[in-house]
Amino acid sequence: MANQATHGKPVSQSKIVRWIDHRLPMFTFMQHELNEYPTPRNLSYWWNFGSLAGITLVIMMTTGIFLAMQYDPNVNDAFNSVERIMRDVPWGWLIRYIHMNGASLFFIVVYIHIFRGLYFGSYKEPRELLWMLGVVILLLMMATAFMGYVLPWGQMSYWGATVITNLFSAFPGVGSDIVTWLWGGFAVGNPTLNRFFSLHYLLPFIIVGVVILHLIALHQHGSNNPLGIDRKGPQDSIPFHPYYTIKDSFGLGVFLIIYALLVFYWPNLLGDPQNYIQANPLQTPPEIVPEWYFLPFYAILRSIPNKLLGVCAMFGSIITLFLVPWLDTSRVRSAFFRPVYKWVFWVLVFDCLVLGWVGAHRPEGIYVIEGRLATIYFYLHFYILMPLIGIFERPLPLPTSIAEAVLKKHPAAPAPASAAMGRH
Amino acid sequence: MTDTVQPGPADVHSHEGESRRDFLTLTAGAMAGIGVICTAWPFIDSMQPAQDTLAAGAPIDVDISKVAPGQQIVVLWRSHPVFIAHRTADELKTLQDPKETAQLRDPNSEVLQQPDYAKNWHRSVKPEILVVVGICTHLGCIPEFQPQPGSEGPGWLGGYFCPCHGSRYDLAARVFQGVPAPYNLPVPPHHYLNDTTIRIGEDPPNSTFDLNDVEQI
Repeated sequence: MANQATHGKPVSQSKIVRWIDHRLPMFTFMQHELNEYPTPRNLSYWWNFGSLAGITLVIMMTTGIFLAMQYDPNVNDAFNSVERIMRDVPWGWLIRYIHMNGASLFFIVVYIHIFRGLYFGSYKEPRELLWMLGVVILLLMMATAFMGYVLPWGQMSYWGATVITNLFSAFPGVGSDIVTWLWGGFAVGNPTLNRFFSLHYLLPFIIVGVVILHLIALHQHGSNNPLGIDRKGPQDSIPFHPYYTIKDSFGLGVFLIIYALLVFYWPNLLGDPQNYIQANPLQTPPEIVPEWYFLPFYAILRSIPNKLLGVCAMFGSIITLFLVPWLDTSRVRSAFFRPVYKWVFWVLVFDCLVLGWVGAHRPEGIYVIEGRLATIYFYLHFYILMPLIGIFERPLPLPTSIAEAVLKKHPAAPAPASAAMGRH
Repeated sequence: MTDTVQPGPADVHSHEGESRRDFLTLTAGAMAGIGVICTAWPFIDSMQPAQDTLAAGAPIDVDISKVAPGQQIVVLWRSHPVFIAHRTADELKTLQDPKETAQLRDPNSEVLQQPDYAKNWHRSVKPEILVVVGICTHLGCIPEFQPQPGSEGPGWLGGYFCPCHGSRYDLAARVFQGVPAPYNLPVPPHHYLNDTTIRIGEDPPNSTFDLNDVEQI
């Protein structure tokens, strides 16, 4: 394997490091998971988004902990305490804008990460559980983001919370009891805000736990790659560090520039001005729109003219993702080699954008028809096209190895990775 | 470098390459370090008192016309209890009693626990009106006002008694020897707007005393 160069060597020259490592092998662990961890040598920038998501999670938790030091989870104080953070707390505006925009960027990064997986077949054997753990993280993120949006107790917070919790009233028989239980009262109120704050603080730590499982599952078989073929030997891989740490760092730099532009120049671009009006239980805003990252799901909900079925279709769109490893019948992972699926994939991306577009508009006229067609296509993609294309499509011939494909593309590329290892 | 590499033209420049890499590593590391510090600062600074908290610490005006001799009122300034005591002529006499002052740690207020304008035998602007921050200099409890002679044992001429650990102060809030509290109670910045109104938290003109300067609150 690629780790031969460091195998059997002491982890460090330092006596202290070796003393600790003998008792708590954290340095060996790091060495194993970073320096020796063999990674396909052909990963593209689409593979940056996993680490970006992890870093965004850390940024969200750090800013969140500092915001929680200033925030009052009480219906009478919540809105004003957020305004106090913006006006009176030193750097409070900065920390809140980082947190607010971080939520949006977190979803952008995770959505790209998911579509990356869909394009390159990263969910296929043996990475089904890796994929499913990712969907669990997505669900936890959605719950966390939703409850976080309620905390400032603006108009959209309140009415968003009312609408989303009322989704559960669609369940026959026990629906209204569930909703009362969620609220802890007769409507969204102080008990609701208190528990949302508690859970909004808790869930990120649960996400960290699932992320750790996600990483364990990832390191079991290593990353998929743009060619979608398995690594066959040392010539196909390079150590994660320094090659991908540096590539991830560069991507992080670009990401942080975009992040900083949002925070410093357009901090409210992705928010709703209605949420700078304090919650008023007696007046619904003219139009209730969730945060942009929920719009496609919101469009699915509204496109079905039946309460229960609409709710089922919305939750079903995420449940569908759990089934993807088995809905895709093709044995070829990467869409590079799948002439039909490649195009159908981009139609799905377009379909999700259409759903997002529809979700942002009042359900009237053309938007109703558009929303229904896009919803039907969404399910058509996963339950009809995906299985059938896998059966009938004729994939292109796969390269015999990653190294062969890379060297063919870049004849001047340095020969096998093991030679590159010599630098250590 | 590995020992299997053949020495060749590339190796002639290898030393140059190493120092260039070292330079890049060091400068990149330094930039990252500066970045981390600059990023950490807003978070650390956000835990300082906020602007509204500071605004709530603005000076307050207190009307003392209703405080009769022998009485004390307590007002809150910057979340500190501030004692305003109206001392009787008899009580003032005890402050100068040599038998009493001999038992004090700092009878002449040498330690910086008061502004210059209260560094006198009565520790106040007007002899009869005492203004002190009512927080025991031992561990932060609020001392009791015990003006009755004998109320805290024989020889007690009136003063402040801390219920937490038994620290004793006289009626000028000067600490006695043999108790755990180390310093006299601090006198906050204050001045008279008129005969019966005290502004607490603001020095008289030409004085720049700051409560943060005292040895201990």
